[in-house]
Amino acid sequence: MFPFSFEWVWDMGHMVFHGGLWYALGIIGLGMTYCIIKAAVDTVGKKSGH
Amino acid sequence: MDSALIPRGVKRCPVWQFALGLGIVGIVLLWGVYAMLLCWFKGLNQTNMNDYYGFALWIWADLAVIALGGGAFFTGFLRYLIGKDELKNIINFAVVIGFICYSSALLILAIDVGQPLRSWFIFWHANVHSMLTEVAFCLSCYFGVLTIEYIPLILENRQINKIPFFHNLGHNMHEIMAVFAATGAFLSFFHQGSLGGVSGVLFGRPFAVREGVLIWPWTFFLFTWSAAAYGPCFTLLVTRITEVVSGKKLVKENVVQLLAKISGWMIGTYIIAKIIDTWYWAAVTAPARGFSLMDFYSGNALYGIWILIAEIVVGGVVPAAILLTNTGRRNSTARLVAITLGVIGICLNRWVMVLQTMAVPVMTFDTWQLYYPSWQEVATTILPVAYGIILVMISFRYLPIFPQETELNPIVTPDHQIEESVSDQPPLVTAQDLSPAES
Repeated sequence: MFPFSFEWVWDMGHMVFHGGLWYALGIIGLGMTYCIIKAAVDTVGKKSGH
Repeated sequence: MDSALIPRGVKRCPVWQFALGLGIVGIVLLWGVYAMLLCWFKGLNQTNMNDYYGFALWIWADLAVIALGGGAFFTGFLRYLIGKDELKNIINFAVVIGFICYSSALLILAIDVGQPLRSWFIFWHANVHSMLTEVAFCLSCYFGVLTIEYIPLILENRQINKIPFFHNLGHNMHEIMAVFAATGAFLSFFHQGSLGGVSGVLFGRPFAVREGVLIWPWTFFLFTWSAAAYGPCFTLLVTRITEVVSGKKLVKENVVQLLAKISGWMIGTYIIAKIIDTWYWAAVTAPARGFSLMDFYSGNALYGIWILIAEIVVGGVVPAAILLTNTGRRNSTARLVAITLGVIGICLNRWVMVLQTMAVPVMTFDTWQLYYPSWQEVATTILPVAYGIILVMISFRYLPIFPQETELNPIVTPDHQIEESVSDQPPLVTAQDLSPAES
């Protein structure tokens, strides 16, 4: 659920629960994006990973 | 036939033997899948759940595998955040076991919800006053973390690792694994705790309800603590089973003993807290609601006081006593007994917190309600076990799960074969040939 959903209420429960969810998903998503982009750059630049 | 996929320097059984093993376990798996399809197509009337048992065998299995899979987050926490470097030799297997446990938990939940196509409702139409919502959020996210921790292992397969992009991807994921491990520890703390919290807040169930701090009942902390304590026992137990089945020593003794010692301390401190919690509940919490201790352990055919003693003494005090002493820990038989009792103890704890809670009569006109699972429930609970065995078999055969295996089990090759193999080797081993972990 996002803040622009009609069910959203600006209370502590929604902010804590969904804030925690997005925080975790954000770290996972950003971490994987970084790894994939860096791997692509390293591969194109023919740098071996060591 | 599949030798090109097997890691360098290790020996595996012939492919026919491997296929036979897969086939036997596969039959059990298919039995579980058949029962699962029955539950999906015909509905939850295939189970023996009723108005008393909304939580039944599946939820016990869920809580048990999640606790047993706690070895992944706690070993990751010790390895990446505390810096226990020796544990790098067992962390891969802990991740595989954690991945199996959490994917099994999600599979069981997918059967239990009855309408798996609506699983996304819990994210979109979230009830933010429910601890189970937090469990669903953390469980899903942590499964994502475990998948991320498992992917580099797959990328280290000999053939996949030859592809430069995958080689680099695996290396990059290893580099920032501490971030994922920290996220996993954070998520695990909350969902393990919330699973305990679900029992502790049931104020209408005097067997389960507990006092607590702020919104968290003591069971919240006890569940997290117990998962961290007993999860490594399960990792060690499955490692030992793998060693027996493969006929090889896979992890050095110092690594096993370190994890056993940490587990022993965690079990020891947990069981003290558990005894205090049980005493306070029996002496204060339950009497305040009109119950005495023996009300919960008499008047029925199954739940006697033996179950409390089995959970706390046999599954807690005894393993802690063995693992906390040098003599007990160094004796491989005593250690195996301790970790086995620990695994049984934590499963028993989850059983009483789910099923005995439902069985105990609450109202004056109530009687004990015992529950017997249907064969469909049993089959779908055995299904993840078969799936886990298959995934361990495949991972062990094709992935470098145990970094110390080659050192502990050197392959003795006749001289003429060595010469042939040397002449087959490329003249120079480049960094590209090394797995990310080796490089």
